[in-house]
Amino acid sequence: MSDTGSSNGKLKKAQEHPSGDERYVTLDRTMKRFHNEKDALLEVLHSAQETFGYLSEELLFYISNHLHVPLSQVYGVATFYHQFTFEPQGKHNCIVCTGTACHVKGSSEIVEEMSAVLNIPVGKTTDDGLFSLSTARCLGCCGLAPVAVINGEIQGKATPETIAEKVGRILADEMVVQDQEEAG
Amino acid sequence: MSREKLDQIAEKEQARQSQFDKRIHCCISTACLSAGAGHTIQTLRDSVEAAPTGDEVEVVQTGCMGLCSRGPLVRVQEKSGEEVYYADVDSECAEELVAKTVSWDQAQAKQQKLSSELQTVRARLETARRKRSLKKHILSPDMPFFTKQVKVVLRDVGYVDPEKLEDYLAHGGYEALHKVLTEMSPEQVCDEMLNSGLRGRGGAGFPTGLKWNFVRREQSDVKYVVVNGDEGDPGAYMDRTVMEDNPHQVLEGMMIAAYAVGANHGYFYIRAEYPIAIDRIRGAIRAARRHGILGKSVLGTDFSYNADVRIGAGAFVCGEETALIHSIEGKRGVPRMRPPYPSTSGLWGKPTVINNVETFASVPAIIKEGADWYAQIGTEKSKGTKVFALAGQLTNTGLIEVPMGITLKEIVYEIGGDVPGDAEFKAAQTGGPSGGCIPNTHMDTPVDYESLQELGSIMGSGGLVIIDSTTSMPEFARFFMDFCVDESCGKCVPCRVGTVQIRTLLDKIIEGRGEPEDLDKLEALCQLVRSTSLCGLGQSAPNPVLSTLRFFRHEYEALIPTNA
Repeated sequence: MSDTGSSNGKLKKAQEHPSGDERYVTLDRTMKRFHNEKDALLEVLHSAQETFGYLSEELLFYISNHLHVPLSQVYGVATFYHQFTFEPQGKHNCIVCTGTACHVKGSSEIVEEMSAVLNIPVGKTTDDGLFSLSTARCLGCCGLAPVAVINGEIQGKATPETIAEKVGRILADEMVVQDQEEAG
Repeated sequence: MSREKLDQIAEKEQARQSQFDKRIHCCISTACLSAGAGHTIQTLRDSVEAAPTGDEVEVVQTGCMGLCSRGPLVRVQEKSGEEVYYADVDSECAEELVAKTVSWDQAQAKQQKLSSELQTVRARLETARRKRSLKKHILSPDMPFFTKQVKVVLRDVGYVDPEKLEDYLAHGGYEALHKVLTEMSPEQVCDEMLNSGLRGRGGAGFPTGLKWNFVRREQSDVKYVVVNGDEGDPGAYMDRTVMEDNPHQVLEGMMIAAYAVGANHGYFYIRAEYPIAIDRIRGAIRAARRHGILGKSVLGTDFSYNADVRIGAGAFVCGEETALIHSIEGKRGVPRMRPPYPSTSGLWGKPTVINNVETFASVPAIIKEGADWYAQIGTEKSKGTKVFALAGQLTNTGLIEVPMGITLKEIVYEIGGDVPGDAEFKAAQTGGPSGGCIPNTHMDTPVDYESLQELGSIMGSGGLVIIDSTTSMPEFARFFMDFCVDESCGKCVPCRVGTVQIRTLLDKIIEGRGEPEDLDKLEALCQLVRSTSLCGLGQSAPNPVLSTLRFFRHEYEALIPTNA
């Protein structure tokens, strides 16, 4: 983001988007709903991440430009909050809750196991882009601790084994799909 | 829409509901859903359709019934009002439940024409009738888990369909709002809150009526009401449950506050981790708008009000009111010095009431039943009830609402059903990363704001995590310090640097490199961070360390090598 030359190039590219990438229409609609007000920055960032999956440098430029908020401020706000991510996420995701209730019931073992199974640290995505591993502060399902969420589905009273098995099954299914694609 | 029209809707819904001989409530809140409540409710619906019965039976989706560790939970409610709770209801159990609760009409069984799918269901029901496993799913109504609770905030949670305004109206919804709009002056509403003794349920315990009065007295053309739904404490999910399971109750409380202080606009600030709560609150706002409950002339009066939802983005510090305000304004969620308090200068510099979800959810009941009724529950200084998320090493975990002043002993041994297995109850952690650990030697402590504070903990928003003898207290303290290091916003030095230093010292001690003077250093550092930080996050961050040092110092000492 320090390279001004490429920034200008990207800025221009971003302005051209509305006609090309349809996802920008959704983003534009959100901004319009808030009358392009600066105060709506957080809402717009949410909408952008929901639509694009992550906040690329390009997107931050685009938002900065449309809301007339300095890029430094857009970047400052986006990086302040844990919710926003600046890297593409995996096709599947596994979130392990590390809240207090889950912690006392051994969620750290689940995190370690998953990190070993997927061979990635927390917060990263596998090289093939298939799986992302992350942790959450508290998912509010403390009665079922420890809890993990795989592709949006909550797994209560989890153990390293049950979660590894679920993830293993998803990966196995992906292999089958890949094989089929290669064959046919 | 006028009050009369809403009454008509309520009466129509009540009449519709009363035509059923039996109503089967199935909890579909997060915990039960993940335990398979989706299948359970589908099986219940199919079975009711396939059963040959003359009874009118309705299957209803509801919110949390409390005992989350035993989900999916189902309740059968007779016309007489009699209720039976069933726990761990999987599909098989759901079939047996339907087969045995509805009257089985042999004559009809022969006549009834069913689709081939329903015929299969019927066949399964026939088998289910002969099974004898239903008994072990029944929860006794005499269980202390139920009898020890007093429900004010959660009174309708688990009974109403959260996605149906009609159902809320049928349960007396928006009556309190109508009462204040037509019978009470804003001043009277504030006084009523003051007399009820209701204190902020977000943790600090500031008297609600006093806060509302401050804002009411401010001269300003624009004022705001903000619902703090940024429930960041790990181990707490009271606010999520209330927003998900009875969203209109929170909206009604918020609107009563708005009338009391003279605000015409408000915001729900809900954390992004709660997508269902966000959906339900948005749904409630839409339904209320459609029925003229929100908008230009609320319930046909000249009071106008509108509400919007703002989504948090995963920053614990945003639970602090000035940080929350910055976040709604689209900025980094950093706190600022107070005063001025938000009651004078809040959202966009305007006078603003900020209360926690549970505080607002308590309001309709107080208005309806009266301040005196509420004030007789609880203790001298802490009135009313408190909702707790009971979690950790306990047999019964879930959501409970208890009168203030109940002892920890009652909560752990009676409601919670003791620690399972051979381990022993060691401590109760309240208030999340801002609170402390209360050891088993202080079991008779009444749960109220002052008593918990005396023990170096806080009431907090309502997380209550039970720890057994297998947990090491220094490590537990480090867990919270890790949290605070991560969540410190970095604005003030004591919190940004101090928390890191505290953690470094804890690391040193836990890894066996500690020196005898380290414990005193740790304590002094904690006191420093506590007394010099800018906001509540920093001021309370040392609490978990200080309280474990106070009650479990021997565990720290045992980690320090003797030859050092």
